[in-house]
Amino acid sequence: MSRIATRFDALHREGRAGLVTFVTAADPDIETSAAILVGLAEAGADVIEIGMPFTDPMADGPAIQAASIRALAAGGSLTVTLDLVRRFRRSDNETPIVLMGYYNPIYHRGVATFLEEATEAGVDGLIVVDLPPEEDDELCLPAREAGLDFIRLATPTTDEKRLPAVLANTSGFLYYVSIAGITGTASAMASDVGAAVQRLKTSTDLPVAVGFGVKTPSQAASIARVADAVVVGSAIVDAIAKAPEGEAVNAAKTIVAALAKGVRDARKVAA
Amino acid sequence: MSERPNSFRNGPDERGRFGIFGGRFVAETLMPLILDLEKAWDDARKDPAFAAQIADLGTHYIGRPSPLYYAERLSDELGGARIYLKRDELNHTGSHKINNCIGQILLAMRMGKTRIIAETGAGQHGVATATVCARFGLPCVVYMGAKDIERQAPNVFRMRLLGAEVVPVTAGAGTLKDAMNEALRDWVANVENTYYLIGTAAGPHPYPAMVRDFQSVIGTETRTQILEMAGRLPDLVVAAVGGGSNAIGLFHPFLDDPSVAITGVEAGGEGLEGNLHCASLTAGSPGVLHGNRTYLLQDGDGQILEGHSISAGLDYPGIGPEHSWLKETGRVSYVPIGDEDALAAFQLLARTEGILPALEPAHALAHVADVAPTMGRDQIIVMNLCGRGDKDVHTVAAALDARVQKAN
Repeated sequence: MSRIATRFDALHREGRAGLVTFVTAADPDIETSAAILVGLAEAGADVIEIGMPFTDPMADGPAIQAASIRALAAGGSLTVTLDLVRRFRRSDNETPIVLMGYYNPIYHRGVATFLEEATEAGVDGLIVVDLPPEEDDELCLPAREAGLDFIRLATPTTDEKRLPAVLANTSGFLYYVSIAGITGTASAMASDVGAAVQRLKTSTDLPVAVGFGVKTPSQAASIARVADAVVVGSAIVDAIAKAPEGEAVNAAKTIVAALAKGVRDARKVAA
Repeated sequence: MSERPNSFRNGPDERGRFGIFGGRFVAETLMPLILDLEKAWDDARKDPAFAAQIADLGTHYIGRPSPLYYAERLSDELGGARIYLKRDELNHTGSHKINNCIGQILLAMRMGKTRIIAETGAGQHGVATATVCARFGLPCVVYMGAKDIERQAPNVFRMRLLGAEVVPVTAGAGTLKDAMNEALRDWVANVENTYYLIGTAAGPHPYPAMVRDFQSVIGTETRTQILEMAGRLPDLVVAAVGGGSNAIGLFHPFLDDPSVAITGVEAGGEGLEGNLHCASLTAGSPGVLHGNRTYLLQDGDGQILEGHSISAGLDYPGIGPEHSWLKETGRVSYVPIGDEDALAAFQLLARTEGILPALEPAHALAHVADVAPTMGRDQIIVMNLCGRGDKDVHTVAAALDARVQKAN
């Protein structure tokens, strides 16, 4: 069983939702980023999403745009991202790692080469924002063939007619984007999210993770009551950006620990 | 591309592709909208009432057909082929951009959209969009790079006079690509009521084909006009390519005429050796950006490079996907022209014909000036004069001033 499936199985047995954390590779610099990844897992992240830096992050808000720019300025690249995964795997062979980003750096490297390197490095899944189901033969199908999960985003604009196409080749988990918009901006009402997750659950057995606009432990907790996992990105990336010199790792661990506590306590409070 | 297609005018295929180029590389939030747009466009293009509406506005609002003009003094000065200029700079708003804006705003209203957003580089598309929004009473938000706002101040003022909100984009280098990113971010957050009026023949399918069809009025008119004036088809047609909308509009009706050679002129900036140019077809490689696969300026890691050109309208690191395909099939040749030569051509046309071209078609003219002398007097070149130069007077003055100072 894949690391992602194993992790969601364990979460299910524990009766709690998971915390999926996002940071950008090489933000604020390569060494700090390596330490942050280890720190995320220690602080309670159940799944780690690593942003592959890109010059033109069209679906991202200001926080993750800025992280991409910092990462590229610090020497970040697809090669560096894969190296960071390899380093992380030396100390952690269980926490699933999902690479998230845009298609061009992968396409430019060559899909076959990339998939070989990613599986060898210990990547478990991919989220590629600008590859809808209509372009599945580009990367989704080859990735599945190579044993990687291809995680797709469902959004408030994904209606009943569209959902089967979105689900068709999705694996690992389904990422429900709770607002129509870019990352890190508005946040959705937990009640709306709950209804949307229920609707998705009637069409798929995959775990449903919910993200976009989740910033605080209490928001995370309210999502954790209705979804299989909560995704937090911009708030962590912001904490890294605002941390004083040398404090980025601690800042990331502090916010992730608080989010993890919110997520872990959520259903106890509800019960 | 091993086989020559039967026709160069059949693209794109049902996936929105021209060969391997084009496609729909967008976030899932936008996909339902892109599919709706495709359907709405398919319906509209078959509707005679829609075509009649466009034709009527073309005649009475834009001023179509634009003249085809035999540039006699320019031809004499260059001493070779006879040069005809397609005068799309005489359109309302001063460029070809209005052709596309009229078509798309009518489509947006058919779709029930109530808010228009656009990106702009030189400001010509922004002005054209603000104009049609004023004409039809729709709110308009134009995203424009901060650097472009600085170098195209008159167009910024025009857009504001027309009632548009101009939003400066400071991300990246603050040029057209960054403005397009920001417009996409707006769109994804406002999918319900907003129509994204893309200004060039690029972006996700169906935009490249749709913009081409709206701009093909240029080539269709030119074909009729040159047959009337010269009694035959031209030997060469030339246009500047930034995103490539004026060029594909001129080229498309001639693609299946084997006797017509076709050349697109890219911005060579300060030369192709470094990164200070925008010659994506000559010096770039295939990649995926802004919804389509096409030639891009990028580094070894697939990061997008900032282009450079004296012309804000050519300052884009990509190119419409159909041009990428036309390059690979060999049907169209693409050549770079640098800032210096474009400046010289700007002055040449002012001096010989009393016409100030925009800096974008000045690039095309510089190539015409290179090749016309190598051709016979019996040969014909048609060039698209896609914009007027009033907006560029300050840029040209500053560039010429700097060169005088350097020489002293």
